[in-house]
Amino acid sequence: MTTASENFDTVGLKQSIEGTFRFRKWRSIAVPFAILGYLIYVFFAFDVAGLASRARPENAAVLLGDFWSYKTHITRDNRSGDVVASVEGERKGTYPAGEGPEWVAMGETTAISLYGDASVQYLPENTAVINVPDFGEITTQVNARAVVLRLPDGKDIPEWMSVSRNRVSIDQGNWRFSMTPARTEVFRYQAGWELFFFTLDSPFYGKSVGELIALAIWEPRVTAEHSNIVAMIDGFWNNKMWRHGDVFWAMGETVLMAFIGTMGAGMIAFPLAFFAASNFAPAVWLRLTCRRLFDFLRGVDGLIWTVILSRAFGPGPMTGSLAILLTDTGTFGKTFSEALENIDNKQVEGIQSTGANMIQRMRFGVIPQVLPLILSQLLYYFESNTRSATVIGALVGGGIGLLLTQAIITQKDWEEVCYYMILVVLTVMIMDTISGWIRKKFIKG
Amino acid sequence: MTAHTVSGTAEYLALVRRRRLYGAILVALFFVLFASGFTVAEDRNAGGFLDGLHRIFDFPKEIFAEAFTNWQNLPRLFVAAIPSLIETLNIAAIATLFGGLLGMALAFLSTRGLALWPRLTPVFRRIMDTMRAVPEIVIALVLIFLLGVGPVPAMIAIAFHTAGALGKLFSEAAENVDLKPVEGLASVGGNWFQRIWFGVMPQVAPNWSSYALLRFEINIRASAILGFVGAGGLGYDLKTALQWGQGKYDQVVAIFAILFLTIMIVDHLSDRARQRLVKGGALV
Repeated sequence: MTTASENFDTVGLKQSIEGTFRFRKWRSIAVPFAILGYLIYVFFAFDVAGLASRARPENAAVLLGDFWSYKTHITRDNRSGDVVASVEGERKGTYPAGEGPEWVAMGETTAISLYGDASVQYLPENTAVINVPDFGEITTQVNARAVVLRLPDGKDIPEWMSVSRNRVSIDQGNWRFSMTPARTEVFRYQAGWELFFFTLDSPFYGKSVGELIALAIWEPRVTAEHSNIVAMIDGFWNNKMWRHGDVFWAMGETVLMAFIGTMGAGMIAFPLAFFAASNFAPAVWLRLTCRRLFDFLRGVDGLIWTVILSRAFGPGPMTGSLAILLTDTGTFGKTFSEALENIDNKQVEGIQSTGANMIQRMRFGVIPQVLPLILSQLLYYFESNTRSATVIGALVGGGIGLLLTQAIITQKDWEEVCYYMILVVLTVMIMDTISGWIRKKFIKG
Repeated sequence: MTAHTVSGTAEYLALVRRRRLYGAILVALFFVLFASGFTVAEDRNAGGFLDGLHRIFDFPKEIFAEAFTNWQNLPRLFVAAIPSLIETLNIAAIATLFGGLLGMALAFLSTRGLALWPRLTPVFRRIMDTMRAVPEIVIALVLIFLLGVGPVPAMIAIAFHTAGALGKLFSEAAENVDLKPVEGLASVGGNWFQRIWFGVMPQVAPNWSSYALLRFEINIRASAILGFVGAGGLGYDLKTALQWGQGKYDQVVAIFAILFLTIMIVDHLSDRARQRLVKGGALV
């Protein structure tokens, strides 16, 4: 009898094991196929094939070039004959009249020396002589409403040159030349972010690090009203091209949004979590109401809160921080109440046995158990919300997110995009390090 | 002996008092910081907190009033929003899939004891930190500039961030792996890939799947937000409807509702799946 039942069991076991194996084998084939099928579907749904036609690779070249280089314009107004040098062609980066970078000699004729012995000369009577090594001397001149071109003897128009009746342009990669009846221009590209520290009107522009240190510490004052180091900080902070002061403020605003949102949410969620925890809730209906409230706050996405709050409070950092606050109240309410449900009741009972009242039981029995978890949650969210605050800032118009979207929309200030991105990444990394240190040192939760 | 105990108690009480003082100072400092921070944020905002507080329900009231009068449109608009919803979900799913795969690779490369090139672990960690820190919106906007408007830029942007975030969580889970199976596989001549696949994967699979599910949930929200800046899906529809303003508020309500329901449903499902995963037992 016993043997029979054992036999029966073995057979059953064998069958069930074989069944499991069959199922696993089938699954290990079916799952990759399902994923592959999904990928094929998405390939068509996202129109990946059409992506090639929509992609603009020339934009990538512009973007990458702009990330690490800048260009200086040397422009001659062909009507007045004035020659002006400026960084990126911006008014704020214009050299004083009659001055330019050291590779430009201004005067009756303006001589511009470029890379690899190439040079451009602006001669009187709206003439320019372009000297391209391995090709020869090209002469262009404005004649009435047209541009006249003279190439070296026996040469045809090369592929790096484009010529029409009223325009001649040359593209050599790291420099460009163009002449129209209105103006003659040379662009020279150079690596780096020019004017990042000091603009051209600053007395510290163009000084080496050694010279700057000397000026800061022992050299006599450059300006009468400030000491050199104060003047330097002022020059950097109020740099008109890069606006470091504004950028740092914006970054601070983003961190502030994250701070107010996270900490405010924590302060609201903490008391509510007691009502939502099954072991503390005074009534079932209250507990369920709190739970549904948390679910609702979490479920209504940050995007929807942003839209609704912008209508009430207008654009700005406070709107962003309130959007973070509302979503995170939902998240914290849930996690805090779960933490409260998981506490060890022995500590509370021990304190109750000494005759402690409700508040004392909470203060000495419950809070010490949940505080490490809550603090480390708050720190973690503060850090991750700094990143979200960048995104929300772009929607509500506050902080570094706004600057980033503005710079991207112009489609030409990519070096600024790069700068802001580095700033955001550095800030998040610093906060990551600090919060990691605090967690390890003080909380250990 | 007695004197010693007394002084010990006094010392202890003094210590407690000092700790409480420090605690009180810290809390006070925190509140000052919070209040002043809030004031600064309010100053730089277009509208003040108290001015706006009573208007907070004006906009919801307005859109719901319009949706209520045009209630017969709602089912149609609901159905009309489904293709966009599917696009939003697709972006999130594919981004989670690719981000998860890349995160897996990064996790193995940056976990002590498992790394293919142990010397390079700090490098891969820094790479993951950077990937996590770059906001999705920046990558999405730059890619829209390069690739044109569409779901692919959003997908790449979210996948990039997901890889960094999941890579970190994955590697933390992989650090607690029991190395005995790995050593066993090494002793029978298994190569690095085989050791990982048969020794580590079975141990970390439940935790990793649970993290990936949580990330999928987060990515749905992210993909809705990125739609708002021109990456397609529900967010884009919401933006166009909002820009239209009055007359399309019923569509706004439909989109709000469908987004809310989706997030709630995915939230609920992934919560249950994760509980099953962590408490043992397969997902299927």
